[in-house]
Parts: sequence; structure tokens; C-alpha cells
Amino acid sequence: MASEVNTDFLHDKKLDSIAADILRPVGITQGFIIWMGFLGVSLLACIYAYYIQFDKGLIVTGLRDYISWGMYIANFVFFVATSLVGMLISSVLGLIGFKWVKPIARIAEIIAVAFAAIAGLVIVSDMGRPERLPYVFMYGRIQSPIIWDVTVVTTYLVISALLYFLPLIPDLAISKGRIGHTPKWLQATYEILSVNWKHTPQQYKILLKAMRILLILIIPTAFAIHTVTSWLFAVTLRPGWDSTIFGPYFLTGAFVAGSAAVVIMMYFVRTNYKLDKYLTNYHFDMMGKLLVLVSIVYLYFNINEYLLPAFKMKTADAFHIHDLFVGEYAVMFWCVQLLGLIIPIILLLFKIFRKPFSILVISIVVLIAAWFKRFLIVVPTQDHPFLPRQFVPGAWMMYHPTVIETAITVGTLLLVIIIITLLVKFFPVIPIWEMAEEQTENDEKSQE
Amino acid sequence: MSNNNISTGQDNDHPEQENGNSRRSFFKNLGLIGATAAAGGAAIYSGYKYEESKPGHDMVKVLTSDNRLIEVPRDQIKDVRVDHDKLQKQGREGLKGHRFVMVIDLAKCRNARKCIAACQGAHHLRPYEYHINTLVMQESENTAPYYMPKPCQHCDNPPCVAVCPVDATFKRQDGIVLIDNERCIGCRFCIAACPYSARLFHWEEPLMAESDKGKEYNIELNVPQRKGTITKCLFSSDRLREGKLPYCVSACPNGVYYFGDENQDAVTNGTTKETYRLSELLRVNAGYQLMPELGTKPRVYYLPPKNRLFEFKDDRDQAHTEQS
Repeated sequence: MASEVNTDFLHDKKLDSIAADILRPVGITQGFIIWMGFLGVSLLACIYAYYIQFDKGLIVTGLRDYISWGMYIANFVFFVATSLVGMLISSVLGLIGFKWVKPIARIAEIIAVAFAAIAGLVIVSDMGRPERLPYVFMYGRIQSPIIWDVTVVTTYLVISALLYFLPLIPDLAISKGRIGHTPKWLQATYEILSVNWKHTPQQYKILLKAMRILLILIIPTAFAIHTVTSWLFAVTLRPGWDSTIFGPYFLTGAFVAGSAAVVIMMYFVRTNYKLDKYLTNYHFDMMGKLLVLVSIVYLYFNINEYLLPAFKMKTADAFHIHDLFVGEYAVMFWCVQLLGLIIPIILLLFKIFRKPFSILVISIVVLIAAWFKRFLIVVPTQDHPFLPRQFVPGAWMMYHPTVIETAITVGTLLLVIIIITLLVKFFPVIPIWEMAEEQTENDEKSQE
Repeated sequence: MSNNNISTGQDNDHPEQENGNSRRSFFKNLGLIGATAAAGGAAIYSGYKYEESKPGHDMVKVLTSDNRLIEVPRDQIKDVRVDHDKLQKQGREGLKGHRFVMVIDLAKCRNARKCIAACQGAHHLRPYEYHINTLVMQESENTAPYYMPKPCQHCDNPPCVAVCPVDATFKRQDGIVLIDNERCIGCRFCIAACPYSARLFHWEEPLMAESDKGKEYNIELNVPQRKGTITKCLFSSDRLREGKLPYCVSACPNGVYYFGDENQDAVTNGTTKETYRLSELLRVNAGYQLMPELGTKPRVYYLPPKNRLFEFKDDRDQAHTEQS
């Protein structure tokens, strides 16, 4: 990232056309109302499902004493995982100096903010006593990984929100006079949120400095959140979780899920808002290459994680491996590994599959597989406690998620989509000033 | 209307006055009688009180906590209701100077399941909610199966306590691991962490939620049980406070359980009430712990299932269908 901003772009005519392109979809349209109405009504049904759970207790889920963590925890891990992509794209790739991430950075931050914000709620949905949530802060004991997780997820959310908001400020100032077609309250919001931005070089200097600090800070924070999330499992003695590579294993898996989510969102932003000038085939091509890279790294960790116990076949590990490879979870396991990892790697190596539509399809499959992968990490391990399960009701031997449980999980996904929709619809989704600056810079260079 | 009233009033002026007079005098008399009665009653009552408080009249001998024998009037005795804060405080501190320990003789267990019933009765649990469960174990194909009662191991390095985010589950000075149902947030991290599957969660309203309503919560008994929280074996710490053996230990008909204090190096068999030297018992019978390789340092020891004098019946499957 450059340390100074050339403010010449403010006087360039290109700014007008770029701002017009990017701001066109901002505001309330009929499609938006229908979409939000649909999301809202569906969410109400899910909230009712949660009310039932709150009233009756977790008995309404498929969870019982042996498999006591299920869909909710898998969903939590998935949410934390997906949110990590904000760090990967704007921070790691941005700091290295890749220019192509500029129009994607805000999309990645929106995903980071939305998923990290709802991850906390997902955990609350798993709690037997949600009303005692304040106890975590009142009586928190520092040696519990849950306390570490609460601390770092909150920190990550705050830094991600700042990383979304800070580069948005100049855009809000640019947009103020250009969103006449939107409701008055939105214009007033722009006025307040643009915090009297005057586009002075001094202001840009401070902004870049702040961004730089945050972009560096978020790297260890992001590593921490997913490493600590993996430790929720790895600190236990159970075969299948008792692994020393869980931290990097989770982290690399997170980048796969997150990159897929970014591709999906890029595609919808591009087609719905006609922004193919900014989200070009080149960007999809690069995202495809990124997805291959992170998938190969993840595959490497998968081989480590499954091959070594499978080679040794220690008694307890053997049950677990058997269940995954040929037993009860075999279909899910091989679907996830093949469709979600191996086949996408092979396909994406070819340029033709890195075209927007084909990479969209691949990413959707990868993202769904990523969710089930979390399920496979969380659930089967609990199916094999050290001591036998005896003299308990038959239903306790198996975990079958219930409708209510599924509805609550869908509800949290809906909340994520609602946050994404609101941010996309009310604020410029591609950084206007960065696009304009880049174009002006390019023009100046070519004139020379 | 008001006009009408006034005219009627004027017409019946005289009789009304007479009425008023008689009513007034009636009240006057009544007041006098009332005052006299009250004074008399008070006098009688104070006399009665005086009589009652005289020594020797319906007194009860009571032993105080500092070992003095005193007399108090029977009607002045109040039930001491142990208050909530005291129960919590003593429950978290534990019994000073003790290190409780359990020894389970697998050679004697016939799966009578009396321990389980006694435990579930005391802790208000359903038939499939176990603080202690008897498992059918078989180490490998060619070794003999045996019954293994499995309570919480009350580990000295408890993985459950390490992961609890709110100090709801904790280790006491007497070695017992307890759970505070008023603190537990229901995250179930401890269930995930426990390698002995010793913990259970109240997925629904506990069995006796209705009848236990309003009872003072006893952290050493986990009663009243609470929905959405964890419960587990407490080594019957409420009984230990009274100097009694745990529910399961006393209920066993087959002499399976020994319970005692590591500091005193003594354990007592719950059935025969005979006391043994702990170190001797473990040495002679080659006592062992469950999965010591995990580093949890359990406080429950097992004596191997050797020289059994009864036939083994594998009733695992039957038990499943019965209770599902």
C-alpha cells in the first residue's frame, strides 16, 4: 500500500463516472424490499424456533450427553472460518502490494464483519443458559479457551469493522452530493458518517497510517481467532480432536471457505449491479488462483490429519478413522474431500474454469462442503468416547439434527445475509476513491 | 331530589333525634365494655406468658455447637434454615483435612444397580440420567467381560475444571470436583473435555423441577437440579459433611465399594462396614486407575475382576431397549 495518496483524482472527470457507476445500485429498490421482506419473514420463523428451544431447553435439538456439540458448534466454526478472509485479502495480499485486491477488499471486509458479528450469536444459540451470558464477563477464568475465544473474536470484529469503515469515509464524502436518488435519512447518514471529510492530503495521510496499523494488527488477531477456535477441540483428550496441527489445519481451511464466499459475493455484486467494469474476469481469474493455492495447502493439512492416525490405527483413533473412511460418515466425508477440495483444485488449475460463472459454481460447492467439513470435525469424534455408551435410550447413540435446530442454524445464516445486503445496498461496495486514484495514476503514467 | 329530602327531614325531625341519642349511648357502652375486656385479656395474657417463661415449664435440653447442654423453652425453638450463601461457601471450600478416595472392587460387582437407584433417588434424576453407571467392559476379544461401576473420577488434574469458562465446576481442598448449577452457563465444554463421560446435561426440565421449586439450592447435592446446566457425581459430599458414606456406597448389596480418606490411609466397605488400610488394599489386590496414561490423576481406584464367584450375564442390549 502506498504511503501517500495523490489527490489529483478529485479533479479528474473519471471520478464522476466511477462514482456514478458504483453509486447507481445504492438505495432502496423494489427488488431490495422484496428480498428483505423474504429474509425478514424467514427470519421470524427461525426466531420462533429459537423461542421454542429457549422455552423447552436443548431437548428440542438432536444433541444428547454423548454427542453434545453438533450443528451449532459446527456452524460457529464455519462462521469464524469464513470471516478470516477479510484478513487474507485486504491485509496479507494488500500489504504485499497486489493491486488486484483493491476492488475486492471491501467485499472481503463485509464478509468478515457479517460472519464475525453473528458468530457470537451462534454460540449463544448453543448455550443451555443463554441468559447467563454476562457470567462469562463477570466470572471469566482466564485459563478457559472459551474466554480466549470471546476476547479475540470481539477484537477481530472491532478491527474488521474499522477496516471496513475507515476507507469508506472518503467514499461517503465523495458520495454525499451524488446520491440524490436515495431517501433523505440515508443522505443524512452519509453526512454524519463522513465525519466532515475534506479530502486534504493530511487527512489521507492519517487515514493510510491508521489503515496500515490496523492491517498489521489484524493478522495476529485473525490467526488467534481461528487457532483458539481450533483449540476448543484440541485442548481435549479425545481421539480425533487431540491433534497438534489443529491450529494451522483450521486456519488454512478457513481461507478456503472465505475465498469461496468472496467469489460468490463478487459474482452477485457484479451481475446484480452491473459492475463488470470493476470486477473483471481478471479478478475472478486471480481469485480462482488464490482458491487453488489455499485449497492445496488445506489438502496438505488434511493428508497429515487423516493419514497418520490411519497408518497407526491406535484403538481409539481407529474407530474414528473407520467411521469417516468407510463407516457411518463415509459418504459425507468423501463428498466433502472430493467435491469440496480435490475436484475444485483440479478444475481451477485450468483457465477455462476460472471464468466468473464456472468459478461461482465451484465456489458454491466448496462453501457448502466447507460447512459439512466443520460438521465432520465436530460430530464424529464425540461418537467414540473412551468408555462404552450403555444403558441409555437408543436416541442417545446417534445424532440426528432436528428441524428446530436446523431452523435456528438457517436463521443465523439469514442474519449474515441481511447484514451483507444492508451494507451492500446502502453503501458503495467498491472503493470509489481507490478506483479513481488508480485510474488517474495509470493515466498520468501513460501520458508520461 | 335534594329538595324532597330536606322536606322529609323536617317532617320527621323528632324521631330522628331520639334515634341518634340511643345509638350514641349504645356505642358508648360498647366502648366501655370493649376497653375492659381488652385490659382483662392483656392481664390474663401477660400472666400466661409469665407462667410459660418460668423455668421447668416445657423446656427442651439442647446441645450447643460448643458442646454445652442448655435448656430452652420448646416454643422458642426455631428450625435453622441454612442460608444460601453459607451452603455455597461451605460447598466450594470442602471439608478441611480430608482427601476423599473411592475403591471399587470389580470382582464383586454383579450389576445389581442398587448404587444407581440410590444415587438417582438422592439427586432427583431420571432412570437414564447417571451420576454413576455400571458398564459392561471387555478389554479385548479373548478376555473375560466384567461389570464396572463408573462414577466421576474426581481427578486431581481435572480436564473439566480447566476448560470451564465461569468457574462453575471446581476442585475442592478435599479432592472432590463439584458443579455449581447456579453458575453453569451450559456450554458443555466440560462434557467434551471429560474422557470418562462422567457428566450429564439437563436437556429438559429436570425430573422433579415442579416439586423442588423453592427449595434452597445445595451445591453439595445439586438439588434442585436446573434445566440447561451440567450435573455429575458429587461423591455425595452432603453425606460426607454429616460423616456418612456416599449414597451408592451404602446402597451396594455386594460389597463392591470402599470409601474413605487418603490422609488417614483408611477406607470403609459400604456393605460390611469394615475398615481397611487403603495402601494395603491397593497393594494386595493390585489396584489400578482408569486410563492413567491421560494424566488426569483419578481419585477412584479399581480392584481387578479376579476370582469371581458368579456367572456373568451380558445384559447390555436388554437395557437399551428397556429404557429407550
